[in-house]
Amino acid sequence: MTFIGKDLKVVGTRPIRPDGVDKVTGRANFGADMTMPGMIWGKIKRSPHAHARIKRIYTEKALSLPGVKAVVTAADFPDIAAEEAFAGEAIMDFRDLSRNCMARGKVLYDGHAVAAVAATSPAIAEAALDLIEIEYEVLPFVIDVEAAMAEDAPLLHDTLFTQGVEPKPSRPSNIAKRINFTKGDVEAGFREADHIIERRYTGKPVHQGYIEPHACVAAVAADGQCMIWSSSQGHFMVRQYCAHLLGIDISNIRAMPAEIGGGFGGKTLVYLEPVALALARKSGRPVKIVMTREEVFRASGPAAGSVVEVKLGAKKDGRLTAGEVVLKYQAGAFPGSPVGPGCMCAFAMYDLPNASVTGYDVVCNRPKVAAYRAPGAPNASWGVESCLDELAIELGIDPLSLREKNAARDGTKAVHGPTWQNIGYAETLAAVRAHPHWTAPLGPGQGRGIASGFWFNIGGESSAAVHIAEDGTAAVATGNPDIGGSRASIAMMVAEVLGIPVERVRAIVADTASIGYTFLTGGSRVTFATGMAATEAAERVVEELKKRAAMMWEISPEAVEWRDGMAYPAGPNAGAFEPLSLGEIAFRSARTGGPISAELSINAQGAGPGFGTHICDVEVDRETGAVKILRYTAIQDVGRAIHPAYVEGQLQGGVTQGIGWALNEEYIYDGEGRLDNPGFLDYRIPVASDLPMIDTVLVEVPNPRHPFGARGVGEVPIVPPTAAVANAIYRAAGVRLRDLPMSPPHVLAALDKSDG
Amino acid sequence: MPGLSFIAPTTIDEAVRALASAPGLAKCLAGGTDLLVQLRSGRSRPELIVDTKRIPDLIGIRDAGDHFVIGAATPGASISACAPLCRAWPGITEAVDLIGSQQIQGRASLGGNLCNASPAADSVPAVIAARATCVVAGPEGTREVPVEAIVTGPGQTSLKKGEFLVEFHVPKPAPHQSDAYLRFIPRTEMDIAVVGCAVNVTLGERGVCRDARVVLGAVAPTPILVPEAAEALVGHWLDEETLARLDAAARRASKPITDKRGTIEYRIKVAGVLARRTAAIAFKRAGEC
Ligand SMILES: Cc1cc2nc3c(=O)[nH]c(=O)nc-3n(C[C@H](O)[C@H](O)[C@H](O)COP(=O)(O)OP(=O)(O)OC[C@H]3O[C@@H](n4cnc5c(N)ncnc54)[C@H](O)[C@@H]3O)c2cc1C
Repeated sequence: MTFIGKDLKVVGTRPIRPDGVDKVTGRANFGADMTMPGMIWGKIKRSPHAHARIKRIYTEKALSLPGVKAVVTAADFPDIAAEEAFAGEAIMDFRDLSRNCMARGKVLYDGHAVAAVAATSPAIAEAALDLIEIEYEVLPFVIDVEAAMAEDAPLLHDTLFTQGVEPKPSRPSNIAKRINFTKGDVEAGFREADHIIERRYTGKPVHQGYIEPHACVAAVAADGQCMIWSSSQGHFMVRQYCAHLLGIDISNIRAMPAEIGGGFGGKTLVYLEPVALALARKSGRPVKIVMTREEVFRASGPAAGSVVEVKLGAKKDGRLTAGEVVLKYQAGAFPGSPVGPGCMCAFAMYDLPNASVTGYDVVCNRPKVAAYRAPGAPNASWGVESCLDELAIELGIDPLSLREKNAARDGTKAVHGPTWQNIGYAETLAAVRAHPHWTAPLGPGQGRGIASGFWFNIGGESSAAVHIAEDGTAAVATGNPDIGGSRASIAMMVAEVLGIPVERVRAIVADTASIGYTFLTGGSRVTFATGMAATEAAERVVEELKKRAAMMWEISPEAVEWRDGMAYPAGPNAGAFEPLSLGEIAFRSARTGGPISAELSINAQGAGPGFGTHICDVEVDRETGAVKILRYTAIQDVGRAIHPAYVEGQLQGGVTQGIGWALNEEYIYDGEGRLDNPGFLDYRIPVASDLPMIDTVLVEVPNPRHPFGARGVGEVPIVPPTAAVANAIYRAAGVRLRDLPMSPPHVLAALDKSDG
Repeated sequence: MPGLSFIAPTTIDEAVRALASAPGLAKCLAGGTDLLVQLRSGRSRPELIVDTKRIPDLIGIRDAGDHFVIGAATPGASISACAPLCRAWPGITEAVDLIGSQQIQGRASLGGNLCNASPAADSVPAVIAARATCVVAGPEGTREVPVEAIVTGPGQTSLKKGEFLVEFHVPKPAPHQSDAYLRFIPRTEMDIAVVGCAVNVTLGERGVCRDARVVLGAVAPTPILVPEAAEALVGHWLDEETLARLDAAARRASKPITDKRGTIEYRIKVAGVLARRTAAIAFKRAGEC
């Protein structure tokens, strides 16, 4: 059944977030809050080298320290074979994942885990780390992507041969994969162009910057049954990966979801859980491990750094005739950068007749990249959206008109393959044109930029159960950790279907033993896919309620109608009965067949793609290079905003992270390949006072494949900001920044160069 | 594992005795906003921690006639809430107010900011520019030294074993004397100065500068007093020419390093810029009081 176009009572309103009070009062239990009787503390010994062979690990001294209960190294994990695992928005390999959790043979980056201890106090565990001695043979290392691609670069893996090139290479390389696809006739397209522009844009890796460091507790019972409490984007993922990495049956692991203090893609894989399990198994005690912020920076995340080369050809009137991009992405220590999605996103927003897209997935001696909001897309759009702006300037066309002229619409065949249907990109451009921000006057030294962004959004496997209580209230259980307010939106959809106030529906996140398999919280999928499962489960409950009412009235279920949380006789022919409320039916359910509930597991298809366009005003201090964001408006097609305030929150959060990426965030390595800024002091995410209020406009082009028309919304908003800021800086100060971050020293250097 | 002892004495003598007799490293604790971070990261591994906050002399602000007395452990929040001090030295109180956040301000002290001996400490340049002194207690009694004599290098002070800071003496301003402090950070707060600059000026007849002190932070191993920058101001109005001379003097005095927070070139350039901007504020204030 579809609710699109219907008059709705709950969906589209802004009730208080059900998990809000616990979170603002500190009652919520996050990953580090769990404790157990007999629990001990784990700590991880990490590599001080960017690249080294592990010759020997001496654990005896650590083991003899009073209070130390177990030490583990790679020898305590099965050496598993290469096998692909689908992990949210990235492909990864179980062998790599295992070696990322615990180095085997070689360490591949500063911070790589080499051993772990568990002891009766954190202080003893810390002291034991110093007693573990490791003999290394230090190897040459490589940090940057193009250096890693060079013929003579130090090799990370001698088993890695570039995929996607013919003939199959005979020598190993740091280039894990080459991707290439084309549309039309690229050479002819460039010949047709009146104007061609070719530029190169670079970006540094950035961390997801979630406030809650990774944390978990693992316990193994005498009969081998395991429990894991952890903060992750998917406890089913934790269960699956731990089972695989440690050779345990999935049925012997129960994974419990903690509240999660941010993930943004960075908690779609495991780091600590398998180690805690191995320590728990060895010590016989529950083991807790909590990362420090420094460990989070050195060993988890980040998003890929990249080099993006863009070439665009256009007619004088701005009509694009051809485009070409080459994307070089850092994967970190193991293959699997999001260069694939990056390639697909590069031109997804445009009706481009001829295009060629090439991508390289490149390993280097940095932590393995993890998903980060629209993984791969911001890097590609940083290049393409900046280059479009440069093209607009050279052609003397305003950047909004240039986008309007080339925007993908329904029926456009995208460069990466699909033919777009029910998309709202042009609608976001129209909303820019209509917005007062677009024409607001600017002061001296100020400038305005725009940029657009795209993300696929995904569906996938979801389960939901709706239970009706004896008093007619309802509970809805799903298997997705609530990161962005999904409990609220799930409860709202269920309340809408049942026809009761949302306060009478409780949404909970159920553990892996209490609900059917559910793919992780990622890909902007939960409101879409799990929302679909919950809606359909609620619809089944309504069918059941109608059946029960029919039984009580002794009429046929088809003769019962469900409206506003009540059963009514469908018409005069059905009979004259007083309506029955949900509460009345529930109260008597024992006499009509027992408890009323429905559980549903689906594989949701038809996630609607998301498009957004942002307007950014900046002011540049020409003497210090400081860039101030004066005003920012994010406009996005959201399909249908179930809870508009949380949709706006997603847009504001994405923009904030995008602005951090644009202005100050970067990993700084020293000459030895060690991370020099593993903390929030020198890894500068924006603070509240850095930003203006971020305005949002929710454009609603319904997604016909979702019962309420919802699309994923959480990832698109991080895509446009880097280019929007750079485009604004150009207009404010006359300098074009092509390297991220656009931090004060970089901006000042560019200004000095343009003055000199 | 080596143990860590903690005491919280209530008199200066008790504190001196404890600090002097500790066999290993002994550290004073004021607000702990530097020290606790260093303990956690393992950068500092003391055997004894002496909490100074229970010693009455170390907390509070007093008017002592021709000068203010600020207890070394007085939290920043009390300093920026002290109206007479804010009127007298807006540069000092604004500098204190820049430290960290509201939460940090509830603890962070002037004594800790100075004795942590970071070249980028925000309150130190303005305090030096005001010709403040500090009282140091030690096994041989107390001594009063100019603030600029305390810090000798990054993390290094001239305090001897058993010595600690009791209080600051900040002279009151002369007529038409005022100050200002600016720092440059990439963000708007919660950051460390890439460059800091304090300017303290006294104006004479028709707004001509009679006396000046210019102090730069984060461009050398310690905060530096720049007499050449002061000379650029004394005897002049604040016109374009004066500003240009000040800018040049500030640049010349800057001997920064390149690190993750800024390059040599960037810091030198911004030192000149900040000197000009800070002087403009200080002159305006001095002209108005
Ligand atoms: C989040 C955060 C943000 C910060 N932001 C800033 C900032 O913007 N600007 C800035 O300048 N600093 C900043 N700091 C650093 C710190 O807050 C300041 O340096 C603060 O003034 C230190 O004071 P405290 O009382 O906390 O010192 P403590 O940590 O207690 O002590 C610091 C050092 O001084 C010594 N010490 C303390 N009292 C005495 C005494 N009476 N005699 C001798 N030695 C003593 C201690 O042994 C220690 O070595 C920040 C710190 C944090 C954690």
